[in-house]
Amino acid sequence: MLAYRFDWSVITSGAYHDWLVSGVIVTLKLSVVSIVFSFLVGLLIAVMRMSHSGPFRWFAHAYLEFFRNTPLLVQIFFWYFGSYKVLPMFVNDWLNEVGFEFAAAAVALTIYTSAFIAEDIRSGVLSIPKEQMEAARSAGFSYLQAMRFVILPQAVRITVPPLINQFLNLAKNSSLAMTIGVMELTYQARQVESYTFKGFEAFSAATVVYVVISLVITLVVNVYNNKVLNIHRAR
Amino acid sequence: MDQFFNLSVIANNFTYFMVGRFPDGPLGGLGLTLYLAVTACILSFFGGLILGLLSLSRRRLIRYPTLAFINLLRSMPLLMVIFWMYFLLPAFLGKVPETQTVIIALTLFTSAYMSRIVAAGVEGVPRGQTEAALSTGLSHAQTMLYVVLPQGLRNMIPSFVNQFVSLIKDTSLAFIVGVSELTHVGTQINNRDMAYPTEIFVFVALVYFLLCFAFTSLSRWLEHRLSWRKAV
Repeated sequence: MLAYRFDWSVITSGAYHDWLVSGVIVTLKLSVVSIVFSFLVGLLIAVMRMSHSGPFRWFAHAYLEFFRNTPLLVQIFFWYFGSYKVLPMFVNDWLNEVGFEFAAAAVALTIYTSAFIAEDIRSGVLSIPKEQMEAARSAGFSYLQAMRFVILPQAVRITVPPLINQFLNLAKNSSLAMTIGVMELTYQARQVESYTFKGFEAFSAATVVYVVISLVITLVVNVYNNKVLNIHRAR
Repeated sequence: MDQFFNLSVIANNFTYFMVGRFPDGPLGGLGLTLYLAVTACILSFFGGLILGLLSLSRRRLIRYPTLAFINLLRSMPLLMVIFWMYFLLPAFLGKVPETQTVIIALTLFTSAYMSRIVAAGVEGVPRGQTEAALSTGLSHAQTMLYVVLPQGLRNMIPSFVNQFVSLIKDTSLAFIVGVSELTHVGTQINNRDMAYPTEIFVFVALVYFLLCFAFTSLSRWLEHRLSWRKAV
């Protein structure tokens, strides 16, 4: 360790610095695209999971169990290597155009995260006492009105912090996309390390970026808890 | 593409998927996955216990650095931790085999998460228990060891099992440094045949699923059972 000579200039300027910056951008892009889609898919699955129709409920249940109990890496490999057989031709063509690596990673991350988001949404809704619904119904609300005006406004408030945290998980999980060649932050840090042998500097830079992302998200959750949820705390 | 779903590739390589080249060579495949998960789980139980108790210490000089360390690990992707270990360990310890590098990285990473479970479990034990134990003359350490931890640990069991499931899934990242666990075996066979990626990765996913689902169900059952006991 003593023989190691630090050279921070590698990461503060020049081509390697640009690599890392482009890595940060790809990480953020991948995370933002995936969080948007996984929220939509997760919402759909959560609604199906709570629906009264058997087949919908079973499908959602199987979806949740399967995608939560398999490693993300294997899912990424499945979409990257194995999906061409199960996807229609025109989808494959389109994916090749937009960059198959990025698309495969985004699909895998979306599906994986949506399963966790669906559970967050469901537990948010289930945390609202049954009496709320009964009271709303007996006050003359229809089922949908009760959902819209009584249950959901409360459930959404509870669900927001875990959802923001899912974004953090997503940003961290997006590092797995490097295995199929998406040039995100971890990939670039690895790249800089193998080109310059300045592993300490490269990994430190990447670590700092991840820590900053996580600090920002923790801060957002704290502010949200204090400003929005304080009504619940003040008793 | 001769057949839509060709299972012969699975059948032909089944032993390789399960134990690698085991009797004649090193353990691999599912066997190595389990070895990694179980070893890292046992080690990170103790790691999590130590970090968790340190993070509850009344001394700020102990509490803050521990919390900083835990949060640093929790804000990093596991892949990054593996690369750090891969890069740092040789500098301190000389040559370290990849399998051990991965076990150390998994242990550190999981300990950070386990420590939050331990802290939550300990804080979940009513304060009256601590006060009562202290007033009977037990020291702080004795109170923790004989009164608080035994009760807290029981409540932590379901979370520990969940963490073990995460650990099984996380062992797949050992692939990146060339440890030939289940995922690595899958990519190896895929690279060799180049014809059945769908079959291979669906099979690998199913194996992980069966394993993880069994433990997820166990954790749910435990949660149900333990909460029932508490109510009585």
